[in-house]
Amino acid sequence: MSFFPYVVAVWLFVIGLYGIVTSRNFVHLVICLAVLQSSTYVLLLSIGYRVGGTAPVFAGVRVGTPAVDPVVQALMLTDIVVEATVVALLLALALQLQKHTNTLDPDKLKALEG
Amino acid sequence: MSALAPLPVVIPLSAAAILSALNKFLSRRWADALAILATIATGLICGELLLQARTQPVIHWFGGWTPRAGVALGISFVIDPMGAGAAVFTSLLVLAALVFSLHYFQTVGTLFHVLMLGFLGAMCGFTLTGDLFNLFVFFELMSASAFALCGYKVEEPESMQGALNFAITNTVGAFLVLSGIGLLYGRTGALNMAQIGRTLGGNLDGLVITAFVFIMAGFFIKAAVIPFHFWLADAHAVAPTPVCVLFSGIMVELGIYAVLRVYWTIFDGPFAAHRWEIRGLLLALGSITAVVGAVMCFGQRHIKRLLAFSTISHVGLLTIGFGLLKASALAGVALYVVGHGMVKAALFLVAGLLLHRFSSVDELELHGRARELRATSVVFFAAALGLASMPGFATFRGESAMIDAAGEIGQGWVRAIFFFSGLLTAAAVLRVWGRVFRGMGKGEGAETAGDKKIKEDRETSQPSHGIPAAMFLPAAVLVLLAIATGLTPGLKRAARTAATVMQDRAGYQARVLEHAWVPVTPAEEEHTPMGKGVVWSLATTAAALGLAFLSLSRYWPAKHALVRPVALTVRGLRSIHSGHIGDYVAFLTFGVAAFGVVLAALVHLH
Amino acid sequence: MKRSPRIVFFLLSVAGFAGVYLWGLTGLPAVGHYRGPYGDVLNQVATYERHVTDVVTAVNFDYRGFDTLGEEFILFMSVVGGTVLLRRQREEDKSEHRDQNLSDKSPERQAPEPSDATRVLTLALVGPLVVFGLYIVAHGQLTPGGGFQGGVVLATAPLLVYLAGDLKKFKQITSHTLVEIGEALGAFGYLAIGLAGLILGGAYLRNVAALGTTGTITSGGTIALIDLATGLEVAAGFVLLLYAFLEQTLEIRLRGGK
Repeated sequence: MSFFPYVVAVWLFVIGLYGIVTSRNFVHLVICLAVLQSSTYVLLLSIGYRVGGTAPVFAGVRVGTPAVDPVVQALMLTDIVVEATVVALLLALALQLQKHTNTLDPDKLKALEG
Repeated sequence: MSALAPLPVVIPLSAAAILSALNKFLSRRWADALAILATIATGLICGELLLQARTQPVIHWFGGWTPRAGVALGISFVIDPMGAGAAVFTSLLVLAALVFSLHYFQTVGTLFHVLMLGFLGAMCGFTLTGDLFNLFVFFELMSASAFALCGYKVEEPESMQGALNFAITNTVGAFLVLSGIGLLYGRTGALNMAQIGRTLGGNLDGLVITAFVFIMAGFFIKAAVIPFHFWLADAHAVAPTPVCVLFSGIMVELGIYAVLRVYWTIFDGPFAAHRWEIRGLLLALGSITAVVGAVMCFGQRHIKRLLAFSTISHVGLLTIGFGLLKASALAGVALYVVGHGMVKAALFLVAGLLLHRFSSVDELELHGRARELRATSVVFFAAALGLASMPGFATFRGESAMIDAAGEIGQGWVRAIFFFSGLLTAAAVLRVWGRVFRGMGKGEGAETAGDKKIKEDRETSQPSHGIPAAMFLPAAVLVLLAIATGLTPGLKRAARTAATVMQDRAGYQARVLEHAWVPVTPAEEEHTPMGKGVVWSLATTAAALGLAFLSLSRYWPAKHALVRPVALTVRGLRSIHSGHIGDYVAFLTFGVAAFGVVLAALVHLH
Repeated sequence: MKRSPRIVFFLLSVAGFAGVYLWGLTGLPAVGHYRGPYGDVLNQVATYERHVTDVVTAVNFDYRGFDTLGEEFILFMSVVGGTVLLRRQREEDKSEHRDQNLSDKSPERQAPEPSDATRVLTLALVGPLVVFGLYIVAHGQLTPGGGFQGGVVLATAPLLVYLAGDLKKFKQITSHTLVEIGEALGAFGYLAIGLAGLILGGAYLRNVAALGTTGTITSGGTIALIDLATGLEVAAGFVLLLYAFLEQTLEIRLRGGK
């Protein structure tokens, strides 16, 4: 069981990539990208986890009790903000694409060949 | 600790925040002025930091958190000559782009300037940082600004598609990098590059290899190395001119910079016994990139796309320079980046000028129309010669340094790659020059492998009848600077000093973790004979001119039997570049997997 | 490439990719056995040195505060980028009946009116939501929370107004210039606090404010101040983003698109 979270991280990355490669709708594709990003969350948090550790918040808890790693949690917060902002930008692009070409299907866009 | 160190990031970002607050109140003139002022200030401070870094790298611990017993608690900026030099160069190019967009470029209130300043601040932070996660954060900040700037022309659907392709591939790359960082953190418990390097020591195992592959691949996506390069041509075809200047001039090269920085501070320890394998892999990757980029470049008729593929080809050359893993080659890389960035920026600026004046960037449609633009013609021609690495340009200095270094370790065959790349890319640009500025060759109806005509919207307000000085001057100045840096004595030596500092892992760790005073030792004077390099470069330039004029003349054997297999290969290559995001990500996955499997196999067979 | 060859090519590649990734992961310590020094050192010293009980916030805004500055500006640039990408274009500006069309009565283009229950409930929740958001922002250094989390909660308050069906009010709230200024102020505030650290303490983002007593709302020095600036920036930024998206979605709906 102590390797399983890592397998989940790999699986999320892989399935996200699969979704992007086979997608027929840009909004769906962006959500697959978000799934890919959540693979890094699982990876980071699994790395920082300590069995029997408490949250790294010492309100009412004595300093020195074993706690999980606060650094990966801080990294994750940054990661989430990055994901949210990238998704926002991509959705804005997809929205404008839909408005101009009336399609969100990558297969139907032929403008950038060669 | 130097108080100047955080300023290259703080000044552009402050200016961006202020401009954004005054979005609805500030006139165009004030916005331009403030943005340009902030950029100049940043450039000057980076220059001062460069001077300070030449004696001893400048280190700044944010929040005052200096390391305790070798454990870094905070984030540091470690400013060595290479990083500071890159930051100065970035400021220069952003300045050129902002001057170009003066007055005519259609901006959205102050928001174009906000995005450009954010881009500048991010790139400066990227080059100066000494913390791996901080590198990722600035990488993402750079990307966020870049995605928005790429999709700037919202009225063209191709813009949206190009920006989407760019954004999706680069985001996958960023998360590859983050996964690699996670792996390293799990092993070493540190995010500071010096500390990671020290903790890893010299042990190489599966985790280090995988982290290496992921981080390198992620940055290679940004650098547009094959097979991660597909997004670049699309992005350049649709982005506005000042943005293309920055993409090709510095953003892509920063991918290579990151690879260099991470390799020399972290991975050189574990891979020290396997340098031969790394070298082989990188030289192969670089050569393929250089060749494919050059071939694709020659067949384009969209001027910006043509220049984009030539950037890809030159990034291949930079990868070769990196792959040699020698200080003299690294010095060559630095010089080549500077020289190439300047001439490429000048070429893009001229393309933007043509777009402004004639509403087109189609080579065939512009046939002969720029005949009256004498001064611009000279600038374009000179920049094309710079692409061929003619002696006198900084590109020549960089190239000869890299080739000499290759010769010293028995890899002299890379000279052929440099020749091929220089030949085709310069010939393509010279062909454009001949057709557009001299009216040579044919206009519409000329043989180019089955293209449709290019339609590109204007990005500036009303066409003018002269050439606005603000658009012409940056291009001219950049070409002059490219020549100046090609001729200034002592620059090669300074580059070698910077390279040696960058490669000095032990010194880096001592300076950062122990506050040690390890002064920079200047490199010795070098007395390599220049003869062979000069001859080859002149030959490349002459051959490029010959090929360009040949392709414009009626003797161009487009349908000859001998040329058939070449034409078929080219057509095959072009069909792979389909514009489809699924294809791009499939190739990306293949690239990462192949890189990983091959490297793992090579290491284990050693 | 055609679809099937692409999928086959991809599946082969991703198998290799997954293999490499899993092989690399075997080098990590087992999950639950975190070893590294960084987190442990911070857990030991953060409360003592900075008088805060939430170590994650201390890491975010003090020890690694420069990262968070970058992250805040990623959000800032993305909001600006979103505004640029979703901007009104020339043809759209010309349509004079835009605002009237918001309450377009034609049945095909009208979203269904929210029910009375929805309206009452959402409007009743706006107040508590704002208070809750402010609470999370202000208590960042004591309990899990902080500027980012609280800011997002605050940003959803105008969204409730939209859900209640009051489009005009929503547009009024979200398109106000104060929102733009607030966002820029929050971003600049972070930079300025850092500069204060540089001027007064010799290092950028040094914690130079009074540290207060652990466990009170005024503890943490600059951590609390940065928290507030970040909360303002995030809330304003997301509100701007919501507004930009809404404008364009309405535009698409007006044109009869999906």
